[in-house]
Amino acid sequence: MIHLWLPLTFSATLFAIGVYGVLARRNAIMVLMSIELMLNAVNVNLVAFSQALRSALLTGQVFALFVITVAAAEIGIGLAIVILIYRNRETVNVDEINLLKW
Amino acid sequence: MTSHEVAFAVLAIVGLISALRMVTTKNMVHGALFLVITLAMVGGVYLLLAAEFVAWVQIVIYVGAIVVLLLFSLMLTRAPIGREALDNQQRGVAAVVAAGVLAGLLVIIQGAFSGTTFTAQPTRIAQVGYAIFRHFVAPFEVVSVLLLGALIGAIALARRDEP
Repeated sequence: MIHLWLPLTFSATLFAIGVYGVLARRNAIMVLMSIELMLNAVNVNLVAFSQALRSALLTGQVFALFVITVAAAEIGIGLAIVILIYRNRETVNVDEINLLKW
Repeated sequence: MTSHEVAFAVLAIVGLISALRMVTTKNMVHGALFLVITLAMVGGVYLLLAAEFVAWVQIVIYVGAIVVLLLFSLMLTRAPIGREALDNQQRGVAAVVAAGVLAGLLVIIQGAFSGTTFTAQPTRIAQVGYAIFRHFVAPFEVVSVLLLGALIGAIALARRDEP
């Protein structure tokens, strides 16, 4: 038996740490890693609620698997873009990349 | 506290400490290795929640594939060392925003779920496969197309243009 607030608090704290990483880091790869933390926090929530609500279709777990897949696609594209930017600009610092900024 | 909850708390604390070290470390390679610890602890949390298949997928895809991808891209770009090179000037604002998010979420969790308990039912992998291929076929196909698009897109973006 597990209190539901345990996984939910873990997930909320992980999400907040991810938010801090996204906002405070300037290296694009560290920003991507922090985004992975936030996606993991959401997955913990999905699995915990799937178990707590006794979903017959296992909706939460299946959706967590889909989120993992989308995260893999996102990190692949993101790192390809980072390497492309590094090749062109010799930097991966997000505060120096302002090509699309008005 | 039951033994389940004690094990859960240990996994959660180790994972959270290494996540904190990941977003504050001065060395990016150490950051990637702290990320490994956090992801493995999240996998352990899935095991404690009796979601076996999600746990192994977490280990294989996150710890196995994504971290290796991150380490390779750290190798291909310059990985600077030092707080000034890795953090921007908004550290205080970022900490305030993160603390606000955490406080809001904790208030909601305490208000809505403070007394709820549950017993994790073990899910067999066959049940997960049945759910995916019987009830979630359309999202599964969409995700497959998304992965194919991401594969082609990553190759097209990262390859050098031959003259």
